[in-house]
Amino acid sequence: MRAIKPQYLRRCAFSRHLSTGPLGQPQITPITSLLIANRGEIALRINKTANRLGIQTTTLYTDPDASSQHAACSPHAIGLGAPNGYLDGDRIVRLAKQHGIQALHPGYGFLSENPAFARRCEEEGIVFVGPPAQAMADMGDKARSKEIMIDAGVPCVPGYHGSDQGEMELLNHAKDVKFPILLKSVKGGGGKGMRIVMEEGEFLQQLKSARAEARASFGEGGEVMLVEKYIVRPRHVEVQVFADKHGNCVALGERDCSIQRRHQKILEESPAPNLDDVTRLDLWEKARTAALAVGYVGAGTVEFILDKDSGEFYFMEMNTRLQVEHPVSEMVTGTDLVEWQFRVAAGEKLPLTQKEIMERIQERGAAIEARIYAESPERGFLPDSGKLVHLATPEVDEDVRIDAGFVEGDTVTEAYDGMIAKLIVCGDDRETAIRKMELALRNYEVVGLSTNIEFLKRLCKSAAFIEGDVETGFIEKWKNELFSPIIVKAEVYVQAALGLLALSPASVGLPHGGSLGFGRDGVERRLFFKSLDALNEKEGEIIEVSIIQKDNQVFGAKITRGNEGPQIIENIVSSSTLSAGKATLATVFPETRIDTTVVQDANNDNKITIFQHGGKTELSLVSPRWYEKALGLKEATTSVAAPMPCKILKNEVKEGDKVVKGAPLVVIESMKMETVIRSPQDGVIKRLAHKEGDKCKAGTVLVVFEEDFAVE
Amino acid sequence: MSISRSSRDLLGLSRQLSRQCHRRTPAARKAPLHPSTAPARTVATYTAPYQASAVSVLQSDVDTSSDEFRENERLMGEAMARLEKLTLAAQAGGSTKAREKHIARKKMLPRDRVTALIDPGTTFMELSPLAGHELYPEADVPSGAIITGVGVVEGVTCVIVANDSTVKGGTYYPITVKKHLRAQEVAKENKLPCIYLVDSGGANLPHQSDVFPDREHFGRIFFNQARMSSQGIPQVSVVMGLCTAGGAYVPAMSDENIIVEKQGHIFLAGPPLVKAATGEEVSAEELGGGTLHTSVSGVSDYLAVDDAHAIILARRCISNLNWPHKAVPPVETHTPPLYPESELLGIASTNLRKPLPIHEVIARIVDGSHFAEFKRDFGTTLVTGFAQIYGHKVGIVANNGILFGSSAQKGAHFIELCAQRGIPLVFLQNISGFMVGAQAERDGIAKHGAKLVTAVACADVPKFTVVVGGSYGAGNYGMCGRAYSPRFLWMWPNARIGVMGSEQLANVMQTVGQKADPELRDRIERESDAVFSSARLWDDGIIPPQHTRRYLGLGLGAAMGGRNEVKPGDTRFGVFRM
Repeated sequence: MRAIKPQYLRRCAFSRHLSTGPLGQPQITPITSLLIANRGEIALRINKTANRLGIQTTTLYTDPDASSQHAACSPHAIGLGAPNGYLDGDRIVRLAKQHGIQALHPGYGFLSENPAFARRCEEEGIVFVGPPAQAMADMGDKARSKEIMIDAGVPCVPGYHGSDQGEMELLNHAKDVKFPILLKSVKGGGGKGMRIVMEEGEFLQQLKSARAEARASFGEGGEVMLVEKYIVRPRHVEVQVFADKHGNCVALGERDCSIQRRHQKILEESPAPNLDDVTRLDLWEKARTAALAVGYVGAGTVEFILDKDSGEFYFMEMNTRLQVEHPVSEMVTGTDLVEWQFRVAAGEKLPLTQKEIMERIQERGAAIEARIYAESPERGFLPDSGKLVHLATPEVDEDVRIDAGFVEGDTVTEAYDGMIAKLIVCGDDRETAIRKMELALRNYEVVGLSTNIEFLKRLCKSAAFIEGDVETGFIEKWKNELFSPIIVKAEVYVQAALGLLALSPASVGLPHGGSLGFGRDGVERRLFFKSLDALNEKEGEIIEVSIIQKDNQVFGAKITRGNEGPQIIENIVSSSTLSAGKATLATVFPETRIDTTVVQDANNDNKITIFQHGGKTELSLVSPRWYEKALGLKEATTSVAAPMPCKILKNEVKEGDKVVKGAPLVVIESMKMETVIRSPQDGVIKRLAHKEGDKCKAGTVLVVFEEDFAVE
Repeated sequence: MSISRSSRDLLGLSRQLSRQCHRRTPAARKAPLHPSTAPARTVATYTAPYQASAVSVLQSDVDTSSDEFRENERLMGEAMARLEKLTLAAQAGGSTKAREKHIARKKMLPRDRVTALIDPGTTFMELSPLAGHELYPEADVPSGAIITGVGVVEGVTCVIVANDSTVKGGTYYPITVKKHLRAQEVAKENKLPCIYLVDSGGANLPHQSDVFPDREHFGRIFFNQARMSSQGIPQVSVVMGLCTAGGAYVPAMSDENIIVEKQGHIFLAGPPLVKAATGEEVSAEELGGGTLHTSVSGVSDYLAVDDAHAIILARRCISNLNWPHKAVPPVETHTPPLYPESELLGIASTNLRKPLPIHEVIARIVDGSHFAEFKRDFGTTLVTGFAQIYGHKVGIVANNGILFGSSAQKGAHFIELCAQRGIPLVFLQNISGFMVGAQAERDGIAKHGAKLVTAVACADVPKFTVVVGGSYGAGNYGMCGRAYSPRFLWMWPNARIGVMGSEQLANVMQTVGQKADPELRDRIERESDAVFSSARLWDDGIIPPQHTRRYLGLGLGAAMGGRNEVKPGDTRFGVFRM
């Protein structure tokens, strides 16, 4: 992997043409031991660079993470207990002291932007690998940062950042800024506690909801809101900056992160498409100005909102941490930003000058990162969690990098963010990078939980995206194209059926399987599949597949879909290799050879996942007719169940309430996201199974309807 | 034949050797291993394994473009087409109406039940699908109204017996009884667990005298169940329909049984009979339904919702038998024959007067066409030797002409070898009989023949017989005919069986002074036909010649797997007349 190769072997011998700050030369104290106060892929990522630099690492883990990859990657790992242990700053500092650890890397999220924690580290003599507490505090307070920026000459979005937090006062300020406006928490980030308010009427309701979410995500003080002008066709462009203790600051190019859902990024790229060089350099300059204005040190990101219509950009906020998407910048600049963090924390000067960085960017082409999330884009990006029953990843090389926190068999818990991995790809130009990304995604196979991989493939094929016509409303704007139903070919069903038959245990050798005797040509078995494509109006359609084994590895198939006449395929030659719950088939159809992986999810017996020609199809094997009766199952049509493990935030209805289809029933929280469970039907509420604050497993009944309710 | 073949072998060998020489020449030039000055002496020259095995490779002399081959192929094709048609018709089961009625009741057709019962990817070896063909003038009884065979369930090779209630309500005709008993015999001899898929109205009453009273009649079914159970051969029944009177004992005599609710019924007398006898009015379900038998009477052990569920429960029963899974010979240990098995169609002739080159047949049945022939040049009309079929070592005894005293002695000797070593025997039967005539009698053909018959009868190893041509007279005995209890006996479509050929028989009858019966010859001809034999269960089915290897492989698997143990030297032979 190019991005974290050792680039600077001669530690102090590089030439510097940096504007040297007024400060004196600080002492250089190399970091020798490190506590990684984070989890998942970023903990592994930090550990990798630390290992390369000979820094001894210690990792932390909570109970749900006890068997995670990051807990096992370091020579020493310390347990924190409850899931929220990563937020327990006092304890973490204590542990660092107790174990004599010199430095602490906070990663992103958790304590990474908590100035009190940074200060605490400073006080305890632990090197905090991040910006000074004061800079963090300045930038962390949205209102204060805006003041500083305006003073420094960095353009800001019009809005109200004051302390009038009464509901009516805020509404008046919103009116001043003019609707549409954006509400967000002063402590906000990552889209949490953020609401767009299109008109005055919905202001108060949205404010309440934003405050509730912000308090849940950021704790006390999260409910303090700011009001901003809402830009209709905005782009999210951010600049990666790096500053050292000598007063130097460089921009490592910009990233366009406009492709977002739920205000969270899913595709990030550098350089930003369709951006003229004047604006680009202006962005860099403003970003450096912003960082220097708060006396910044270390890695940071200055986020701008770029109005597509006017071409103007405004300062939004500065993220005072290493960001999720930092590998994109590493790819285009050929740097290892974690290494830079360690060097800067040790007191060294920045390894590259702005000019050198610019040259590198010009040489190196484009990079793009896709975040692979446990979520279901087809169902409104509903988060998911579960076990990675099957995980196959594309091959990594110079141009393809995977930063992942999980391996096959791991469980993605609902306690934390649902990002499974980051796939970073670079190419000579943007088009090539996108093409390579799509190719890599085709080889990325996940079974066990829903992912956005299929959606990411569609994004990579979207003409608008390839043209660089990006804006934060991209997904909404192109939703018809991005969520059009997939046409499943008959061969997919055949492969699913052949895979299942191959998976059933038969430990007998030859001559079994061959045809025998006169009369009937082969043994016929019938399988029924139910389509699981949420995008297709035919979801739930039953597909009947008859497989006739004619001889060893020779089959015939008959596929019947809905009302269409049966489709018959003869002379299918299929061989399979098996591993637990998986069949890899190499099948020669009369006109084509198809290699397929068929995975049966052990946790969800009926779900069959088929990977073929770079696409994924999910089917449900229909249970035999006797199943329900013999097992005493009764389909609960009169109730609503939790779609995922979650916490009940609020019951929106009372027992006895009459509701219409689509009415909100329960607000749940899962993976730090609020989700509204809506009524699937008109009905009367018979019982609410849980009260607010209850924790539920996936499939737990939340609301029971009266059985005999008929719509008048 | 044998001389030309052996010279061909030598030719092949010498070719290989000369190749070997050429390959060595350059190296030898560089560094001569044996300086010419070294004294001549005998050394243990290294022989590579492939050179050693070349000794056993059968060479083929078949010309597939010859007129004879093509004519044979054409005639065999016709015979096969007839069998294909007959078998398909028999496998369809009862009338369309009866089948539709069956399906409308949400019942699975019996062959579908069998398919659902066996493991995917395994092959069901059906026995005698043509049983009952043109047997009863008043009724068609396709497959004898019962499907029997050997199949793999949860990895366990089992005998499966399934009534076909679409044929006369699954009632037992005499042939049905015979077929059921034959399946049980297969199970008993090969120690195979039995699964009965019961759906039968019981004995076919008009035929009661041929079904009920005798030793090998209906009662023998339960006798066999009890005896097999006592020998540790599991008996499992699934009641999927009627199970009346005597039939009720099939599930009742089973180790475990499963009943389908509102479909399977077990009672000694049905509602009409009960009403007639005692005046009691009771529904079938109350009298002998699944709920009653699983919760009140205890006649049944498991209640199923429908056929498919019942089959799953039966599979579960089998998985709990704790039956040993003997490792099958791994695929790597055997290779297919060197020559296509389909060529057997042009090698075998429907005209049994033409000699059948038996080495060509063996070469298309055994692994890698490797055949270690025993006494190749003695008693050449009987070919004996060791080979492998799907990795199972076998001894092959095959006719290659009329049996002489020498051939019979050789055969007896070879059978003794196999019995001593615990090697199963495969008989390839194409025999018109033992040699007759003054010279033969003087040589003691009768006592030599007796030796062969003694050896065949006593050899306590699994025996398999394939009739590849004629099966006439005492030759049938010496070559392990049905009476000698081969584990399985199959016939090729061209095979014929009888005391003697129809013409000779008619001639003999004429000479002994009987009135010439113009019909006799034709009748005997008809009765010698393979289909006639198969319809009466004189065999386990007529098989396509090109599947012979597969049938033998499956048969060997059944005979050698599971709880079977073939111990060397277990046989006690009778007195051989010397």
